[in-house]
Amino acid sequence: MVMLASLGLILLCQLIGEAVVRGLGLPLPGPVLGLLLLLVLLLARDRFAVLAQGPLRNDGVETASKGLLAHLSLLFVPAGVGVVQELDLLASHGIAIILVLALSVVLTLLATVLTFRLVSRLLKQQDAR
Amino acid sequence: MKDNPFSLWVYLSQSPLLWLTVTLLVYATTDAVSLATRRHPMANPVLHAMWIIGAFLLLTGTSYTTYFAGAQFVHFLLGPATVALAVPLYENRKRVVSSIVPMLVALVAGSVTAVVSVVLLAELAGLPRDVVLSLAPKSVTAGVAMGIAESLHADPSLAAVAVILTGIMGAIIVTPLMNRTGITDYRARGFAAGLAAHGIGTARAFQVDEIAGVFSGIAMSLNALVTSFLVPLAVTLLVR
Repeated sequence: MVMLASLGLILLCQLIGEAVVRGLGLPLPGPVLGLLLLLVLLLARDRFAVLAQGPLRNDGVETASKGLLAHLSLLFVPAGVGVVQELDLLASHGIAIILVLALSVVLTLLATVLTFRLVSRLLKQQDAR
Repeated sequence: MKDNPFSLWVYLSQSPLLWLTVTLLVYATTDAVSLATRRHPMANPVLHAMWIIGAFLLLTGTSYTTYFAGAQFVHFLLGPATVALAVPLYENRKRVVSSIVPMLVALVAGSVTAVVSVVLLAELAGLPRDVVLSLAPKSVTAGVAMGIAESLHADPSLAAVAVILTGIMGAIIVTPLMNRTGITDYRARGFAAGLAAHGIGTARAFQVDEIAGVFSGIAMSLNALVTSFLVPLAVTLLVR
């Protein structure tokens, strides 16, 4: 029962997220707003004991979420198989597309990781002073 | 059954049950292989499930639409899984709050690099304009990228394929690349994986390290936000 209620809570957060995004025309995906909503709920539960009911008690929603995330890769397979629809395009431009994407992903990884390290090192130096 | 031995196949191949079963079983196999190779990057379960199922569809002459009628039940869970990222984020909130500044600066640097590099490289490679536009949002998760491509009048299904290819390449490259840079800070490594390679990068990050997974999930969510604003801007500035 707790499992069902937990899944229900996750879906409810997504539903509210989608509804708000559509209703207000926000330029962000509904599930991302749902994520924020669930985070706020979890934080609020620690503050106000009244909220610790059903899925928000005894790690209910925590367990359900970890179950979903355990097989995150699987969820990308159906969209990935969509590559069969683009075989003509890949035959004509495939090598260029793959090279462009590969090079761009390497640049993005390096830019992100190096910036993160640089800024956190600068902050640490400041703290030390 | 006697009059047409193929009638059972004809019936099953049109039913969602068969394609949902195929998706789960093929993935269970590729995931078992990935586990057996101790999560070697090249044994990426999404990559191998993709081509095995794709080849099976081509061999049996099944359309992607028929396949998706079954596989949509798995695809649907992408949304709830995004919401579920709140839990590891909540459990590691202290570490996240203490790294908020490097995260935000790296977010800006990473998102700009992702969009600008792919647009410039694609133009340099002489790809057609609508292909360039469809590749631009490739570092964000599939649903968001398809929405961005649509708003640019590009091809959403090509955008989805570019997203998945980017995710797989990112997931394969990230561990060897990061080992080579000598960076052992799993917050930074995970953040880069999620930013460059969205959910597939995040799935990979969770395989490597829990903290890397948490930071990867945050990067993926934040990048979905930033890229939605950035792509239309970059396209007006960079695409001829």
